[in-house]
Amino acid sequence: MSNEAILHSSVVAHDHHDSHDDTHHEHHHHETFITKYVFSQDHKMIAKQFLITGMFWAVLGGFMSVLFRLQLGYPDSTFPWLEDIIGKWGKGGHISAEAYYALVTTHGTVLVFFVLTAGLSGTFANLLIPLQVGARDMASPFMNMLSYWFFFLAGLVMLSSIFVETGPFSGGWTAYPPLSALGSASPGSKTGMDLWIIAMALFVVSSLLGGLNYIATILNMRTKGMSMTRLPLTIWALFFTAVLGVLSFPVLLSGFILLIFDRNFGTSFYLSDIFVSSVGALPNEGGSAILFQHLFWFLGHPEVYIILLPAMGMVSEILSTNARKPIFGYMAMVGSMFAIAILAFLVWAHHMFVTGLNPFLGSIFVLLTLLIAVPSAIKVFNWITTLWRGNIRFTPAMLFAIGFVSLFISGGLTGIWLGNSAIDIHLHDTYFVIAHFHIVMGVASMFGMFAGIYHWFPKMYGRYLNNNLGYIHFWLTMIGAYLIFWPMHYQGFAGMPRRYYDFSVWESFKQFADLNRFISTVATIVFFVQIMFLFNFFYSIFKGRKVTSTNPWSSNTLEWTTPINPGHGNWVGEIPEVHRWAYDYGKDGKDFIPQTTPVGDDESVH
Amino acid sequence: MATTTATAPVKYWSGGKSPFNVEYGKLMMWYFLMSDAFTFGAFLIAYGTTRFATNGWPDPNKVFKSYPFASESANAPLVFVSIMTFILIISSVTMVLAVHAGHKMDKKGVVKNLILTIIGGLAFLGCQAWEWTHLHHEGAWWGQNPFPNADGTVATTNFTNFFFTITGFHGFHVFSGVVINVVMLIMTLNDKFEKRGHYLMIEKAGLYWHFVDLVWVFVFTCFYLI
Repeated sequence: MSNEAILHSSVVAHDHHDSHDDTHHEHHHHETFITKYVFSQDHKMIAKQFLITGMFWAVLGGFMSVLFRLQLGYPDSTFPWLEDIIGKWGKGGHISAEAYYALVTTHGTVLVFFVLTAGLSGTFANLLIPLQVGARDMASPFMNMLSYWFFFLAGLVMLSSIFVETGPFSGGWTAYPPLSALGSASPGSKTGMDLWIIAMALFVVSSLLGGLNYIATILNMRTKGMSMTRLPLTIWALFFTAVLGVLSFPVLLSGFILLIFDRNFGTSFYLSDIFVSSVGALPNEGGSAILFQHLFWFLGHPEVYIILLPAMGMVSEILSTNARKPIFGYMAMVGSMFAIAILAFLVWAHHMFVTGLNPFLGSIFVLLTLLIAVPSAIKVFNWITTLWRGNIRFTPAMLFAIGFVSLFISGGLTGIWLGNSAIDIHLHDTYFVIAHFHIVMGVASMFGMFAGIYHWFPKMYGRYLNNNLGYIHFWLTMIGAYLIFWPMHYQGFAGMPRRYYDFSVWESFKQFADLNRFISTVATIVFFVQIMFLFNFFYSIFKGRKVTSTNPWSSNTLEWTTPINPGHGNWVGEIPEVHRWAYDYGKDGKDFIPQTTPVGDDESVH
Repeated sequence: MATTTATAPVKYWSGGKSPFNVEYGKLMMWYFLMSDAFTFGAFLIAYGTTRFATNGWPDPNKVFKSYPFASESANAPLVFVSIMTFILIISSVTMVLAVHAGHKMDKKGVVKNLILTIIGGLAFLGCQAWEWTHLHHEGAWWGQNPFPNADGTVATTNFTNFFFTITGFHGFHVFSGVVINVVMLIMTLNDKFEKRGHYLMIEKAGLYWHFVDLVWVFVFTCFYLI
């Protein structure tokens, strides 16, 4: 079905016309290939750089999960081609234990930081903030460019760690010491860990440069009339994301600096009373490995919301636009995101219930953790009531947005289980946890990202993505995601621990051999569905159907008042003034009223 | 909700102007300082928890009792570090004067006070360098702690580990502050700010410098006084 057919199946008449349709923007200055595509300071190009780099990492990180799922699903089979691509790590067509742990670790690090942090908020904060607040570019385009190149550099270092002789870091994405602090602890803890930590430090710099820019732009550079309460929810979400990042990443950096000293300069911040079998007793005294966990999770938990909030914001925007209804409870949405941002800093120890944490302290963290259910439930309620009796257009973006809501509910409910310290004692470090965070944070945010890509692709490239491939992409991914992660809840209940190399040697887990094979098969299929999406993406950049109207989704927000292919500076002539909030859909019998339309005398006020 | 046009007089938050009446750079500086405060906060809390969880800790009055050109038996607890602290605080005063001169577009005043601030910063770094060298000669370094606990028992190395890491990280901040101030000085001498018509950059550099001073107050309290 073409977009026009979906868009105009029910509502045909618009009283709104864009003043001009010219795709030729003014060329203010001559741009070379280098300044336009490589060291670009245009926020739209930087957004594309973040997106495509994120895609590279998503493919790599996703492929890693296919590799280790092969091991989990088919522990007895051999795959000779493995030796061809990963050499000694896949000797005899069998992934070695070291390689398995390295794959799991790199998969986690890459997906959490490079794809769902940089790839998601890097892309959409850059693309949407100036366009939706009505600014020519970011507050500091130069810092914005640096932010991308620090990310690129971080990626380069991380990538290089895959090729060192002792392999990449293999101690889990959380990098807990002593495994991460002692080179003698495992092969991956040697050079691989040094490179991992350098890459992450560069990533923190990138995230700081980006975050400061996003905050300054949103606060300072809104166009005339764009009060904070007229901002689209995407911008509110990206604002809270940036604040979370600016305040939590530095704590991780502190933790890493102490870790570097422990690794290289003989200190004992995280080390005490350790015996390594090939080395003997270590002299380190007085440190605490738990200290690192506190510092790590002080970032680690806000990080979950750094990943989730941009998806929430985009989903709110896309749901409202495609339900042709105002978002339900705008201020409640903003308030609940604010509550989530505050609570994000107060719950980190729920990752540490079984570290020997004082049970009384644990009970406080249980309370604070369960409090997050309140704003989350408000948001879910508002999304569903936005859909309620809406005039829904099922574009691929809309499907992914609805899919996000579904996944957020399913994954969020299991969070209530895990947030209870008593239940967590049983479920900690099992597949239940894997299922929980993959659904609520991983797949849900991925869906938010897909929704954003399908929705704003016309703005990015002036063309549409192919809808049919989009529908196939959605349904197979949606069904696949549930098929992969739902059974893991049962495995977790049965006590199946995460990060184990081979379950076939455990009598208790032999019953899951078929289920593991099933999960692995589905995971592989879903991976190839994503490759199909990438084909759609790159094919459509060059060959996709051209966008012919500046506002293809009949949306209210400012980015659709720019030319189809906006130049650096976004608007030809003056930046438009804003007269209303972003959600006047279906008001006074009008399908939609863009933010730039002045409020008429006869208009109802609500 | 939000659909009515604004009818109130001046609305700082309604877009088209900066709500705090500052340009973006200053806003970024404030947020950066908040971020940096979390870095130092994490360090100092890590230090505090480790120290709290450790049975004994060296007495700062016995560790920091020397000063340059003193005899081996000199016993002047915290005198030298107090001088260091005083120098840094005075450099904050001269920074304020530089910012103030900038407000009045008084180039000469800016230059004079920036130079004084740079001298103050360098003097502080010099003092720190001497203190580090002195402690190193006594056998202290990352992973080595010659000082016993206050009660005479053998101490862990975490006293020196944290001391060198955190004062080092702070010293690195002072160093970057000095570099920033030197750049500001060069820009002032080249009439960059006269041409722009304002000395806002000096103000931003000043924010950073005061922050670094403020952090030192906490570092000083945590390592020398408690």
